[in-house]
Amino acid sequence: MKHNIYIYILVMAVTTYLIRMIPLVFTKKEITSPFIRSFLYYVPYACLAAMTFPAIIDSTSSRISGVAGFVVALIAAYREKSLLSVALFACGAVFIVERLFVFF
Amino acid sequence: MNRKDSFKQGIQDGIPIALGYFAVSFTFGMMSVSDGLTAGQAALISLTNLTSAGQFAGLDIIVMSGSYVEMMLTQLVINLRYCLMSFSLSQKLSREEVWLHRYLVAYGITDEIFGVSASRPGKISAFYSYGAMSVAVPGWVFGTLVGAICGNILPTFVVSALSIAIYGMFLAVIIPPAKKDRAVMCVVIAAMLISNIFSILPMLQNVSSGFVIIIATVLVSAIAAYLAPVKEDGEEGSPDEA
Repeated sequence: MKHNIYIYILVMAVTTYLIRMIPLVFTKKEITSPFIRSFLYYVPYACLAAMTFPAIIDSTSSRISGVAGFVVALIAAYREKSLLSVALFACGAVFIVERLFVFF
Repeated sequence: MNRKDSFKQGIQDGIPIALGYFAVSFTFGMMSVSDGLTAGQAALISLTNLTSAGQFAGLDIIVMSGSYVEMMLTQLVINLRYCLMSFSLSQKLSREEVWLHRYLVAYGITDEIFGVSASRPGKISAFYSYGAMSVAVPGWVFGTLVGAICGNILPTFVVSALSIAIYGMFLAVIIPPAKKDRAVMCVVIAAMLISNIFSILPMLQNVSSGFVIIIATVLVSAIAAYLAPVKEDGEEGSPDEA
């Protein structure tokens, strides 16, 4: 490695921090435009949905357990379980399905 | 809610995040060491960056000895979605608190902490973010260290099961509001479809995942804002739900 690793880390950290900091600190006014307000209202849902699917399917070591975890998490979330419960249900489903593989 | 309650609520919501982080950062720690970094350097990256995709991409550049400019641009592209989240949070954070808090809250804007923050009704306190960070950041850094030091001890099925935790949490954030609001439901389904199209169509598969998220988010949110503008009543929702 001819470059200094600590300078790499510094470049990474500073770039990432600035991206996070600038809009938060410099958007001083309360936004009044109904369009932008509505846009920002929908951003979290669109963003989290896009990040979840299809990534969730390939997050585990096999697609079948990924799908099982996805379905179980959907059901638990639909029943309005807490964040931790939904996460644990999904983990549990993956674990059980992957254990079942042993029999096939 | 006062500062202490906000902080406690943040800790509570941060626990599933820390669990999920552990699995991901564990893998990062393992990879860093096998790529020639020390455990300390890996942990330092996790502590200063607090971002999964960005760190994995950064590790690649370090290993390939890329330029510093390349490093900067890669981080910019992959992490640009934080810019949207930060903008969204700028409206959500309480305006009664000292502005200086925002410099600290900014450090903790990750997909997951943003996700739980967005799920809180009404305005949120900076102390909510601090609470979530106080468990999530140690989970991330500690996971990296453990992965770097003893990457081969944890059985793969445990890592596999933990990897899904974060996505389960995202679903817990977006599904209940989608049940109550048809527009949100359409947004959720449309965003999933778009990101799925990017992962299936061969000519779109090379678009980095960071960009896919930005494109899907901007497109879907803009269309939804145009078709179904939000009425200004639900903004100050009662601060106590589940």
